[in-house]
Parts: sequence; structure tokens; C-alpha cells
Amino acid sequence: MAGANKKLPLWAEAGLLPALNLLAAFIVSGLVIWGLGEDPFVALSLMIDGAFGFQEAIGYTFYYATNFVFTGLAVSVAYHAGLFNIGGEGQAMIGGLGLTLAVFLVGGDAPLLAILLGIVGAAVFGGAWAFIPAWLQAKRGSHIVITTIMFNFIASALLAYLLVGPLQRPGGQMPESADFPEGVGLSHAHDLFAAIGFSFEESPLNVSALIALACAFAVWFMLNRTRFGYELRVVGKNHSAARFAGIPVARMMIIAMMISGALAGMMGLNEILGEQLRLIGNFTLGYGFVGIAVAFMGRNHPVGIILASILFGALYQGGAELAFEMPNITRDLIVMIQGLVILFAGAMEHLFRDPIEHLFMRLRRKEAV
Amino acid sequence: MEFLTDIALLLDSTIRTATPLVLAGLAGLVAERSGIVDIGLEGKMLAAAFAAAAAAAVTGNPWAGMLAGVLASMFLALIHGYVSIAQRGNQIVSGMAINIAVAGLAPTLANFWFHQGGQTPLLGDDARFSAIVLPFAQSAESVPIVGTIYAEILSGHNFITYLTVAVIPLVAWMLYRTSFGLRLRAVGENPEAVDTAGISVTKLRYQAVLIGGMLCGLSGVVLSTGMGAGFIRDMSAGKGYLALAAMIFGRWKPVPTLLACLLFGFVDALQGRLQGEDLPLVGEIPVQFTIMLPYVLTVLILAIFAGRMDAPKASGIPYEKDH
Repeated sequence: MAGANKKLPLWAEAGLLPALNLLAAFIVSGLVIWGLGEDPFVALSLMIDGAFGFQEAIGYTFYYATNFVFTGLAVSVAYHAGLFNIGGEGQAMIGGLGLTLAVFLVGGDAPLLAILLGIVGAAVFGGAWAFIPAWLQAKRGSHIVITTIMFNFIASALLAYLLVGPLQRPGGQMPESADFPEGVGLSHAHDLFAAIGFSFEESPLNVSALIALACAFAVWFMLNRTRFGYELRVVGKNHSAARFAGIPVARMMIIAMMISGALAGMMGLNEILGEQLRLIGNFTLGYGFVGIAVAFMGRNHPVGIILASILFGALYQGGAELAFEMPNITRDLIVMIQGLVILFAGAMEHLFRDPIEHLFMRLRRKEAV
Repeated sequence: MEFLTDIALLLDSTIRTATPLVLAGLAGLVAERSGIVDIGLEGKMLAAAFAAAAAAAVTGNPWAGMLAGVLASMFLALIHGYVSIAQRGNQIVSGMAINIAVAGLAPTLANFWFHQGGQTPLLGDDARFSAIVLPFAQSAESVPIVGTIYAEILSGHNFITYLTVAVIPLVAWMLYRTSFGLRLRAVGENPEAVDTAGISVTKLRYQAVLIGGMLCGLSGVVLSTGMGAGFIRDMSAGKGYLALAAMIFGRWKPVPTLLACLLFGFVDALQGRLQGEDLPLVGEIPVQFTIMLPYVLTVLILAIFAGRMDAPKASGIPYEKDH
């Protein structure tokens, strides 16, 4: 291989390639939209306007993006350790359960304590739900992709049981818990803005967005500035090299998965503690799966993940507006677009990488001459 | 006597529910033996289920449904093949992407064409593969045991279930008794050797992926036009993943995979029977827990038997000629 010659400059690696992959996914999506009898360009402008056109829309976009930062970081931490965590969905559900249990355990007498323990509960339960597949992979070699998928189904059934059984709102009919006690919840962005004298339209955007950013920084710091993170990445790159270096491979894999599960579990902060203020069945709505796309699109780097999350947040919010405006387009179509983005950004990176690498090589040769 | 009837009914529905698992399991097996990991079984199954139900609803002909379903699945298999073989992409990401895209596209199209909230219209008996009563089944019923087995368990399945019974030995024969099968297995273990022998790795893998697509298509067809009567949202419900787990449990071999699928089918049938049933000692098990059974079983099986995996050595690894 041509080694150094093949390296792309950062702007092409981190900007051009993802943009081209995204463009390809959008072109195919546009064809489908056109096939549904709608104008893809009108659809695109409706989506952009619906995602960024007014304050409320921006609030919603960043609200959804917060979910994706959590689940994207989750996928990415496991991936750096060489593991494919497809169980973000289930870990988020169980994280939401842990959060809810902690909140009801503390009750409304000490709201601040309830919030803090709720956050811890989300992380601990999410991490614990990832522990079993991680342990099975590390110690028994059970395919983690399949076990985490199975744990998604199990989590969903478990939550369904609890929410029509022991945890159901007394006298309620819906699969949801009772409301959280008064004062137990994260502040909304519009309230915070109002407190410092700005007015911002109401949206579900809340403090979790800041927590998500803090998590992104923590993940970056852990991976790039600590011995633990270095060892984790060595495990992900080469098991035998790690073993020779004296790194406990199985233990590192398990810890990485538990961090991953904890991050996925913290998605509940945004949805449950930030907005719904009660536990709802299937509140995860596929956000765990989108984390895969976010992680790949963001090249498994925390900054990339934040940017990709905003993109997917915009896709979600803009897509919701689009479904509202265009009769033939439903939210299902947004799920399809996500699948296409995962396909083009995650699995088909060579489609554009190879031609562009050639192009850069030729340009460089010309310069050398 | 009632106990025997219960058992007969349970085995009968075991065969019924195992059919899509067996087809998808064999599909995954053929693809993985050639070195292509196929986690997209779930999406292909769902796509085929939708295409079959849609075509059968429009034409009123189950065979048109079967054709549409198989073609839809093969088309997706081709995409997965292109990504995995030509693009040397991550096969798990590709498979997941296909699963997610189909989960969105199928209900979108269903809603666009039929306006029934993401479903297809209910299929009449003429438009689906309904139960086939085997010859003399009615008169055999009176014969104890043998007659019961014949009439209650073996008779009365849909065409695709009987087709599956023929497909199993066919796939085994193809893999182990033909030179194509030998090459296919070789390309999953050691593609360099196959390449050195002057045989195209690319072509073999595409063929394997397409055969897998066809089989997986049939599994989707049976869901919506055999077992069910139309497409409903998320109707594959993890069966593609279960089939993959059964294939791993079956150590990438046809007969053990078949047995694993039958076990999953049995658990699924049992799950259906247990719903709302009052059991001794434990009482009535909540439906959510019986639904968990196949998934919990999968994890247990992978936990117990995973230690001795013999996955094809090159599975999941893109082949690059210029190494």
C-alpha cells in the first residue's frame, strides 16, 4: 500500500467524505420521496425549515440531538474496544427504569437528591444491562451482536410487563408509570434563558444537553488522555498485542461495555427526567439504533459524534415537520433515511474514499513534479 | 387423550413456526459459509413479507406474491453483497442498515399503496398459501398414534413448509456433494487458496449471497402469505436474529441448524400455548414473560455452547486481492 501518500487531509477525511456519503443517502431518499409522488426539493426545504427555521424547531433539534450524543458515544466507546454494542436500545430502556426507580425511592421530599440518584440510577442500570452480554462475550465468546439484540427484546418485554403491572400509574390504562413528584426534573432551556433575561420559545430542550456535552468531553479525555483509554484502544486494535502488554483483555472488554451501557442508559435523562417526567413503554423509539449511525458518521470521535447528532436531530425534527406537511410521508420514512445514512456512511465509505484518495495522490504527484 | 392432543397441537405449531426460521437459518448458513456475515436476514425477511403480501393483495395470486418476495429479498442481498464484496465494507453495519431501512420503507410503501396505516389488506384464502391436507389424512385420523401423527402433525401445513422440507436436503447436498459447494465452503475458510486456484472469490460470494437472499425471501413469504394473511408492521419480530443464533448454535451445519430452529420453533409454540394458561405451582405467567422465552433461550444457548464455535475462518473479513 502507498502508506503516507494515501492519507487524506483532515478537512477531506472529516468533512468531505461524510458530506459525500450523506449526499448519496439523500439522493436515494430523494428518489423514494419522488416515487411517493412528492417533490424531493420541497421536502428538503421543509425539513431544513422544520429543523432550524424558528426557535422552537431549533430547541427540538437539539433536544433530539441530545439523545443521539448519548447513544452515539455508547456505540463508540464499545467500538474503540473492538465490540459492537447493538444493545443501546435495551440499555436505554433499563437505564430509564433505573432512573424511575431511584426517583420514586427518594420521593418528592428531597428533589435534588432524587435527581442526582436518578442520574446515577440511569447509568448504573444501563451499565448493568450491558454487563451480561459483555461478560458472555469476554468469557464465553458468545457473539455480542446477537446477545445485545436479544437483550433489547428482553428489556422491551420487561418494561412492558412492569408498566402494565407493578409500576403502572394507579388506576391508569396506558403503559406508563405515575408522574414524578413535584420538582423532580431537569430544568428546561427556555426557563434558564428566561432567568438570565433572554426569551426563547418553549421546547423540550433541557439541562441534559449540557450533561451530554460533558459526557462527550469525558469520553474524549478518557480515550485520549488516560492510560485506561489507551489500553482500551489497544484491546480494540489487537487482542494478542494487548495480552502481551499485560492488559487484562477480558476485564477491559467488560468495563468498556459497561461504560457504553451507562452512556446509553443516560439517554433517559433527556427523555424521562428532562421531558416526560414519567416512565413510558418504548420511550427509546429507536434512538439506540441511530447511535450506530451517529458513531460511524462521526468517525467515532466525540466531536464528530456531536456534529452527527445535530444532523440526526435535525433529521428527526425536520422529518416530523415534513410528515406533518406532506400526506404521503410518514415518520417511517425518516427511519428509512436513517438506514440509508447508516449504509452509506457506515458501510460504504470506500465508495468515495478510494476515488478521492486517488485524486489526492495525483494532485500530490503533480505538485512534486 | 387430551394430553396427547395437546402434544400433537404443540408439535404441529412447532413445524409451522420453525418454517421461517429454518429457511432464514439456511440462508444465513450459505452466506456465512462463503465468508459473508448476514445480520440483515431480519430486514430481508421483512421486505419479502411485505413484497409478497403486497403483490398477492394486488394480483390475488400467492405465486406472484412469492415471486415478488423472493425478488425483493434477493435485491437486498445483492446490495449487501456489493457492500461486503466490492466495497469491502463492514458487514454488520451493512446488515443493520438494511434492517433499519426496511423497517422504515415497508410500512411507508404499505401506507402509500393501501392506506391502512402501514399494513397490507387482509388476504383471502385464494391469495395465500393455505393449509394443504395431505392425502388420506381424514381417514387416517382414526388410526391411533400413527394416524394422529400423520393427520394432526404432518398434514395441514402450507405449501412453503413442505417446500422447506425439500430445501433442507437440497442445501446440504449442494454444500457437501457438489464442487460448487466445496468451493463455497473453501472461500469462507481460505479465500486466498481459492483465488490461487484460479477461481473467482467475488463470483462465488455473490452466488452464495444470492442463494441466501432467495431462501431468506421464502422465509418472509411464508410469514405474510402462509402463516399470516397480510403484512403487518414489524412482523419479523426478531426472527432473522433468532435464525442467525440458531445457525451459530448449529455450528454452521445444515442438520444441527435445522434442529436448533425446531427447538426455537418449539419454544415459540410453547410460548403461545402458555399464554393465559394456569400452571401448577407458578400460576399464570404474565404474557410479557412468555414472549421473552425465545430470546432468553437464545442467550442461554449462546452462553453455554459458544465456547466451541467453529465459524468459517474468513467470515466477516473482506477479501482484498492485492495483499
